[in-house]
Amino acid sequence: MDKMDKPLTQNIEPDRLFATLADYERTGGYQGLRKAVKELQPKEVQQWVKDAELRGRGGSGFPAGLKWSLVPMDDARQVRYLIANGDEMEPGTFKDRFLLEKDPHQLIEGMIIAAYAIQARTAYIFLRAEYHLAARRLEQALQEARAKDYLGERILNSDFSLDIHLHTSAGRYICGEETALINALEGKRAHPRTKPPFAVVSGLWGRPTVVNNIETLCNVPHIIRYGVEWYKGLGRGADHGTKLFGASGRVKRPGLWELPMGTPIREIFEEQAGGMQAGFSLRGLLPGGASTEFLLPEQLDVPMDYEAVAKAGSRMGTGGLIILDDKTCPVKMVLNLELFFAQESCGWCTPCRDGLPWAAALLQDIVEGRGRLEDLETLSGLTRMMGLGHTFCALALGAMEPLQSALKFFRADFERYITGAGEG
Amino acid sequence: MATIEIDGVQYQVEAGESLLPVCLALGFDLTYFCWHPALGSVGACRQCAVIHYHDPEDQKGRLVMACMTPVADGMRLSIEAEQAREFRRDNIELLMINHPHDCPVCEEGGECHLQDMTLMSGHTTRRYRGRKRTHKNQYLGPFINHEMNRCIACYRCVRFYGDYAGGKDLQVFGMHNNVYFGRFEDGVLENEFSGNLVEVCPTGVFTDRTFSAHYARKWDLQTAPSVCAHCGLGCNTAPGERYGELRRVINRYNGEVNGYFLCDRGRFGYGFVNSPDRILKPRMHDRMDITPEAAQQQLCDWLADRAIGIGSPRASLEANFALRSRVGEENFFLGLGDNEQSLLEAIVEILRHGGIRSPSLREVEQADAVLILGEDVTHSAPRLALSLRQSVRNAAFERARSLNIAPWLDKPVREQQIDHRSPLFIASVCATRLDDAAADTYRGSPEDIARLGFAIAHDLDPGAPEPAGLNDDARALAVAIADCLRQARRPLVVAGTASASHAVIEAAYNVAKALPAKDRQLTFTVPECNSLGLAMMGGRRLRQAFEAVRDAGRVIILENDLYRRAPAWEVDAFLQAAGRVAVIDCLSSKTAEKAALLLPAATFAETDGTLVNNEGRAQRYFQVYPAPEPVRGSWQWLSAGMDNLSFDALTAACAEAFPALTAITQAAPGAGFTVDGMKIPRQPRRYSGRTAMEAHINISEPQRPVDPETPFTFSMEGAAADVPAALEPIIWAPGWNSNQAVNKFQDGIGGHLRGGDYGIRLIEASGALDWFNAIPDAFKPVKSQWRIILLPHIFGSEELSLRSPPLAERSPSPLAMLNPSDASALAVQAGDSVEISCFSGGPIVVLPVSIEPSLPAGLLGITAGRQETQRFRQSEPATLKKALGEVPS
Amino acid sequence: MTGKPAVLTSVEIEEITAEMSHYADKAAVSIEALKIVQKYRRWVSDECLVAVAELLGISPAQLEGVATFYNLIYRQPVGRSVIHYCNSVSCWMLGAEQVRERLCRHLNVEPGEMSADGEYTVLPIVCLGACDHAPVVLVGGQLRLDVTDDTVDEMLGR
Ligand SMILES: Cc1cc2nc3c(=O)[nH]c(=O)nc-3n(C[C@H](O)[C@H](O)[C@H](O)COP(=O)(O)O)c2cc1C
Ligand code: SF4
Ligand code: FES
Repeated sequence: MDKMDKPLTQNIEPDRLFATLADYERTGGYQGLRKAVKELQPKEVQQWVKDAELRGRGGSGFPAGLKWSLVPMDDARQVRYLIANGDEMEPGTFKDRFLLEKDPHQLIEGMIIAAYAIQARTAYIFLRAEYHLAARRLEQALQEARAKDYLGERILNSDFSLDIHLHTSAGRYICGEETALINALEGKRAHPRTKPPFAVVSGLWGRPTVVNNIETLCNVPHIIRYGVEWYKGLGRGADHGTKLFGASGRVKRPGLWELPMGTPIREIFEEQAGGMQAGFSLRGLLPGGASTEFLLPEQLDVPMDYEAVAKAGSRMGTGGLIILDDKTCPVKMVLNLELFFAQESCGWCTPCRDGLPWAAALLQDIVEGRGRLEDLETLSGLTRMMGLGHTFCALALGAMEPLQSALKFFRADFERYITGAGEG
Repeated sequence: MATIEIDGVQYQVEAGESLLPVCLALGFDLTYFCWHPALGSVGACRQCAVIHYHDPEDQKGRLVMACMTPVADGMRLSIEAEQAREFRRDNIELLMINHPHDCPVCEEGGECHLQDMTLMSGHTTRRYRGRKRTHKNQYLGPFINHEMNRCIACYRCVRFYGDYAGGKDLQVFGMHNNVYFGRFEDGVLENEFSGNLVEVCPTGVFTDRTFSAHYARKWDLQTAPSVCAHCGLGCNTAPGERYGELRRVINRYNGEVNGYFLCDRGRFGYGFVNSPDRILKPRMHDRMDITPEAAQQQLCDWLADRAIGIGSPRASLEANFALRSRVGEENFFLGLGDNEQSLLEAIVEILRHGGIRSPSLREVEQADAVLILGEDVTHSAPRLALSLRQSVRNAAFERARSLNIAPWLDKPVREQQIDHRSPLFIASVCATRLDDAAADTYRGSPEDIARLGFAIAHDLDPGAPEPAGLNDDARALAVAIADCLRQARRPLVVAGTASASHAVIEAAYNVAKALPAKDRQLTFTVPECNSLGLAMMGGRRLRQAFEAVRDAGRVIILENDLYRRAPAWEVDAFLQAAGRVAVIDCLSSKTAEKAALLLPAATFAETDGTLVNNEGRAQRYFQVYPAPEPVRGSWQWLSAGMDNLSFDALTAACAEAFPALTAITQAAPGAGFTVDGMKIPRQPRRYSGRTAMEAHINISEPQRPVDPETPFTFSMEGAAADVPAALEPIIWAPGWNSNQAVNKFQDGIGGHLRGGDYGIRLIEASGALDWFNAIPDAFKPVKSQWRIILLPHIFGSEELSLRSPPLAERSPSPLAMLNPSDASALAVQAGDSVEISCFSGGPIVVLPVSIEPSLPAGLLGITAGRQETQRFRQSEPATLKKALGEVPS
Repeated sequence: MTGKPAVLTSVEIEEITAEMSHYADKAAVSIEALKIVQKYRRWVSDECLVAVAELLGISPAQLEGVATFYNLIYRQPVGRSVIHYCNSVSCWMLGAEQVRERLCRHLNVEPGEMSADGEYTVLPIVCLGACDHAPVVLVGGQLRLDVTDDTVDEMLGR
């Protein structure tokens, strides 16, 4: 396939440790930035990204250009910020680390263009603590970019100045939620913030702030460089561009692939991941990380488009497929997920803080033979309690998605434990 | 206005308000935890869920948190919908997963918001089978108990303590369902408003440690509306009594004054009432007890015999007036220090004729620029500091409004604070407890503070006199401050008696007068609960009493330790010259020791009286319980023989005698006031054990004491409904046993009490005074000489509260504060002691040194109000010498 | 004035101070500052926490509130090398429990404990973002992918 079909990974080659600045520039790196600051007004950059209908790759799919256009731009003295969300901690998700380690300049260029579009003079990369290698590569790349005038005062001789700081976190899933991230960046406990006001109006230190996912920002240089029409041509369905899809679990070739938006799950699962390992068969899958609902083998033809996956009863999420095989107990798998979510609850709102540990305790009781049939009703009740809008942020909502769908699809597995018929 | 529909009924409400308080104001019982009327909405507890229907056809609706939902016209809502009820019930179930079942031994029991809400939500059976998490508790000092297992993680404590009160040492630690609210390590909670945690916490995590020592259930406490006796602000309190002992003090809501919060001095300073130092029997000379009748007769005889009377700023208007009436106007002396009296007179003059509004604390909170001249408000008028801290938020509210952020969305508004703070300027002799909220501070002697004030006034209005020879820094600061004040719509100037400087008070007036804003305000702190009332009444000076005593036969001293008012040798001489001294007081003191006739006076808890706070608001405190025989109110001792005047008649006579005090009769209703023909009970309906209370003495229940003086009875029988909210001794409503019940008594949540807030303002702005133009010279340090500056301390500078053991425990030992350069010139370090010799003579005093970098050189800061430091007068020059002898290591 | 013994080294202070210029508010350095202390001392003692708080102009309580929120700030001593084994879903499916068991058995510790020689602490960690190479372990800032019993043995030098 032509490289231009895989803009995000075009510089990533099996025999290359990572793309250096030279590698990056060789394929046209920083041309998008040049074009943006030389030829386009900030509003135009916003418009291009809006027209390209680039949707956020952090999980919620919010249109990036639209988000940028909500930033108040009229007051020139107003301090604004851009933050790249590199907190990637959603189980089953490993796309941002890959992009950061392999082609750090792509993110940096994307950030500079995005910062230009919203006229932010300071930007931060919020990186999860565990990504040591990514941190080193980013620091190096930032220095290179500064040295080449891509970053710093009066970038490429324009009026635009920007500095980017790398901020590494200390490990908390909730820091990925954009307003919790802002609190974390301010050096506070990372509780999510009240919305509205949205960060674009009142974010970091109360100032307008755009938070975008790493992968989202990596798309930006290409949109500016090759244009909206080109970008829109990349998708296969309702959504545009490409996306990094991953697969983990007992598949033949776990991994990560850049594919057009709208690629059917089957293609990812069978063609890229090679289907199930010998001796295992497919029982279900979480299409977009731990906080999405199970899809079943009969749903493999669903295209990975936001709407299509939603219609199938789940979410595209981060696009990281977690494969449930027939030898793994879905109840225990859900227990593992709920323990994760219970531990990562920030402790701010009641249903999440106290409901998730209870859900985990009930699941533990069930798999350890202490379960009761009414516990399943209690678990369903908890999934209803943590429904949309019921908790302060979407962590608990996401936590309930695998549980709720497991209760629906794998109910017999739960009941077998309780009635004493044993596991699996 | 908006029309909304709740469960099929339409209501007219304010658009844009938070739905939760709107529902509460409409009388609905909707459960909540994290929301608090003074703290706003944060949406953490998820307990206030209601259903919001999208449109008229919508049957299912969507669950929303009422506290986070702005009211909009046409909204259709349900509180009763099963889905909402179920959610609220289940949410409580989650909160109860870890909550211990220790209500029977929990001090919150019976006034616990969590109990109330649990019942209200309908959660009854427990499904959780696991273990409960447990925590270790911390020692938090003499005021507050800590019982973390009861925590439901509503985050109110840290929001009040940190966000609202500026405390730095209470925090939330940990994560997920293992969150802990406490200090970094065991130790005293530092913030001066920590006591409010007791009321802010919806359950029994933070409880009143002083109350623990003699605990009783809320329903067993007898209560009457009262007013704090410990500073000049007049916060409203609800003291609770059981078995003739004052057990605790809690906040009593007043929408204009203290709102929901008290300071720790006011809350925990009540112990003096139960003190072993109480004077409980009349005595003659050398501790010889006499009968009350004999004492009364003796007093009457003395009063009739060329007596002079010394009044008191901590006694009621009625008591002072009774004394004044008995001895005659020309023989009545206010009993204030001379300088203090002239300061208070100046303040009264400015308030009455200066044409500038003296704000209530609520109005203080609305100021959008503040200048404090010469006060460390946290120490001199603590509750005012809490209000001033809120004023700083107004710019953030303003900014929030421009961003369409509702003012009740607490966190988003606070997020605006980094760039948007209403300016607060503090000019003081050294660092203050409010500095962290200040835009800028200035340190100087009282003269220099006054000069800064005069310079600001001059910059605002060139007609105001200008201080000569101001240094460049001060001038620049004055211009900057003037600039901010000029732009403000509700600027406020704060000064008071703590700086003990006329010039500062006059400078404050000049600034206020020079302000262009129509809504400018000026407030003065005054030291004691009736300082302003006494000054409004007026009378002669103590020094004049010292002179007059030669012609007088007797001296009658009302609730006053004169050694706090004048140098010891002068008081000694005075008392000696007097020959016959009668003292009416509640606590023993150096003055009381010298009394030939000592009469036991009731405290605020045992009698009635009217006080005037610094705002000029007259407020009545009512007897909470009968004083133990033969203790009686000072006014009663003094008015005996005046045809047995009633309290109401005395108040009326006082009102008549002083035009400025005419309105005091309206401060609260008189004894004749009834509701449906009934008096108001002081005891809750569930008051228990009354018949058995005195069974160890007499098996038959004694008759209830009668109270002819007030609209209250010492009983649980009486008016049950329609009691004016401001007169409710016990804030209680069906289903609402905690203090949160006050929402049932307000006109709009967090607003005024239904039927009006307590008290009546006596002074409204009128007239105008000329510019003051006596500008002092700059302070110039003199080599080897120091100027004494008395610095009040919240715990320890006030006479009565210091007799409360928990408060005494918090009061620092008196210190001599020195600038580091002065200290090094004297070769002293922190922990060393210095010998202080005053120019006016008297004994040398040795005090431990503390080094205070913010104190200007040449000044010697000394803790005010302590026995050890009583001999010092403000501004007195002194010399210092390093004290030899043992140095504490 | 009696000078307190310096708790933080000048290098630590320098590194922390250098971070301050990146933010509008010093408190934003909290996490980084604690991590700097950890870099040199492996964990953050009470004394260090108080010293950092002072440097940042915040209260110890505020800093402790932050420190105890995050997984990777250690308020207790840890071994010279901290072994984080991922226990999130993909690793769990592919053998995270065996990895943990082997680690703990070799070192004779429970997760969270320090080995007797002070060399190792074993801690669980959430998804390390390498699910395609599950199970995964993070040690010394490096990811160990596709961990097997042999990897564990080799890692511990057995
Ligand atoms: C609990 C939770 C965790 C999240 N974690 C991440 C994350 O690790 N990385 C990320 O980019 N977005 C994460 N998000 C989504 C962000 O809140 C936000 O929507 C995103 O960073 C916006 O970027 P985008 O619009 O470019 O996707 C998370 C959301 C929630 C509710
Ligand atoms: S301590 Fe009390 S006020 Fe604070 S969060 Fe816990 S329950 Fe709420
Ligand atoms: S689940 Fe372990 S790395 Fe993702």
